Amino acid sequence: MQVHSPRFKERASAALADAPLQKALTRFRDGFQAKRAAAVAGLPEFEALRDVARDIKNHTLANLDAYLERYADKVERAGGVVHWCSTADDARAAVLKICQDAGARTVTKGKSMISEELGINAHLEAHGMEPVETDLGEYILQVRDEPPSHIIAPAFHLNREDWEASFRKSHADLPADRQFHERRDILTEARTRLRDKFLTADVGITGANFLIAETGTSVIVTNEGNGDLTQTLPRVHIVLASIEKMVPTLEDACVFMRLLARSATGQDLSVYTTFSTGARRAEDLDGPAEYHVVLIDNGRSGMLGTEFQDMLRCIRCAACMNHCPVYGAIGGHAYGWVYPGPMGAVLTPTLQGVDKAGHLPNASTFCGRCESVCPVKIPLPSLMRHWREREFERHLQPPVMRRAMGLWGWFAKRPTMYRLATRLGAGTLKLLGRGRGAFHALPFAGGWTAGRDLPVPEGRTFMAEYARRQRAK
Amino acid sequence: MSRDVILNSIRRGLRRGPLPADQQAMLDSRLAAHPTHIIPARSRLPRAGQVALFIRNLEKEFATAERVPDLDAVPAALADYLAAQNLPPRFAMAPHSELASLPWHRFPMLSFEARRGQGTDQASLQHGFAGIAETGTLMLPSAPERPTTLNLLPDAAIVVLRASAVVGAYEEAWAKLRAASHDALTGGFMPRNVMLVTGPSRSADIEQTLELGAHGPRNLHVILVDDDPEALG
Repeated sequence: MQVHSPRFKERASAALADAPLQKALTRFRDGFQAKRAAAVAGLPEFEALRDVARDIKNHTLANLDAYLERYADKVERAGGVVHWCSTADDARAAVLKICQDAGARTVTKGKSMISEELGINAHLEAHGMEPVETDLGEYILQVRDEPPSHIIAPAFHLNREDWEASFRKSHADLPADRQFHERRDILTEARTRLRDKFLTADVGITGANFLIAETGTSVIVTNEGNGDLTQTLPRVHIVLASIEKMVPTLEDACVFMRLLARSATGQDLSVYTTFSTGARRAEDLDGPAEYHVVLIDNGRSGMLGTEFQDMLRCIRCAACMNHCPVYGAIGGHAYGWVYPGPMGAVLTPTLQGVDKAGHLPNASTFCGRCESVCPVKIPLPSLMRHWREREFERHLQPPVMRRAMGLWGWFAKRPTMYRLATRLGAGTLKLLGRGRGAFHALPFAGGWTAGRDLPVPEGRTFMAEYARRQRAK
Repeated sequence: MSRDVILNSIRRGLRRGPLPADQQAMLDSRLAAHPTHIIPARSRLPRAGQVALFIRNLEKEFATAERVPDLDAVPAALADYLAAQNLPPRFAMAPHSELASLPWHRFPMLSFEARRGQGTDQASLQHGFAGIAETGTLMLPSAPERPTTLNLLPDAAIVVLRASAVVGAYEEAWAKLRAASHDALTGGFMPRNVMLVTGPSRSADIEQTLELGAHGPRNLHVILVDDDPEALG
């Protein structure tokens, strides 16, 4: 997938002015936050489970090499094949080879963010195969040739009219005068279309939410059942999984089962949580004859032992972006790559370079909501701050910003001057803003006020007000 | 080789070589002991309450359930359900001995084939291994007598489950599988596939609005056989 993150600022401005997107975002913000809150309220043990989940992931990461070896051994004993791939190129080549060896023409796919990261679809298409996304959201995006804008609700940015228009255009063999009375009619058309693909595909590719070392098992979590049809019906099943998906045992996985859906969609558990261990057994009536795990590093191991190691705990639930005021204002496409929102602001610079993705960790008010809802307690604001520091050290910001930071730093180190300057500033703004509640535009700050208003200051600085209250006690 | 490249890179990050033998042994004993963590209090109930919670939770997730007094009552319950859903009296049935031995001869209008699922199946009858009260979830481990496709391809998936197979938490269902299952290929307990199913298939991808019946069954119905006197509330 192409990286558009360097153009974050333009893309974010465009998103703020995009009326259909803003309509979708309103729906999105209300839905996910309320549903998560209700689900969490229903499980009194939720907070304690977050600590347990963090500890399990930390233990696993500290012993990742040993657990990966045990996992791979178990997969092989269950008749599976593990393909270790340290780079995206290795992984693409491994997937292609498995598909070619299987003589594949049609390849069905369950939703997988690592597949987006690797660009599997384009690679298979370039070699004459037809990849078919089967998650409803991913399917419409494939039809429209768009990237996902969210890691669990990839097409949330589309409105109903977009679905109808795309289906009419793409399913041109169906009667042009057919009606879509309800959302259900859109769903039914996709179901009929994809049922045939499920039954005729030669290879099925899924991601993995978890890998279990104890049993050599890959786990997928879906609501539609598309991932299960993808991995059950074709002769060959390929699992794409990055190395940090590992957990030691089934009992460890239970902790994450209780956290993942509640954090993501606000369900107690997703409809299908499926554990796959190897290929079809001798007496089985169904299941794939071949089971391959493409085990991908692609930059993860390089995060171990750095300040970004905590990010490897991420279970891709999307709670951080669902609760992020920045994501909620601009959606996912502005971030310019596979992973948007706070987790993307940490991960994208790691995997693509801070020179390309330096804007992302800056697009945060550090309000801390992402960290407060993260089921594995990743300190996302601190990690974003680490990127800002690295960006500053490497002189990657524009000169104006560096000079402004230098000026601010000069004042900040001289408290008397700082207080004088802020008192002057607050007083002047109060005077200028007499009779109105907020500034819609300010000289030299047009970029800032274009997307928001600046409330008129009360006239006193924080320090002055603080001193007054201390005296009043 | 990529395997060594990855493992060495992990060790470099962790600033150590391969784990020493004593730490390897500690990991192996953790895997062998597979300790449980916090188990939510919600499912720690007397048997009757546990079964009631199982049904309440599965109904919350848009599945349906009917309790019958014994296995012999299953064919009639199935016939009634199919008729009520306007489905033809035909279904694909898991080739499980417990289902095969039901008194089907008393219901000559019901026709079935014991086999895996097919793309055109309208209804299936599956054998449930366990029910999990915590979230109203069915555990369906694959086996020759429990084909996975029956869970996925039909419009209506119907599952026969003994009330004695209802447990409280996920961990109890895994414990039951560890005790009851043997996989000839690996020598372990884990079958090729274990599905945990909570309600019928659904999607909210169109405008965040829930619609049932995405790619899997539109209806999930549990026929719960009351074989556990303590579970009768």
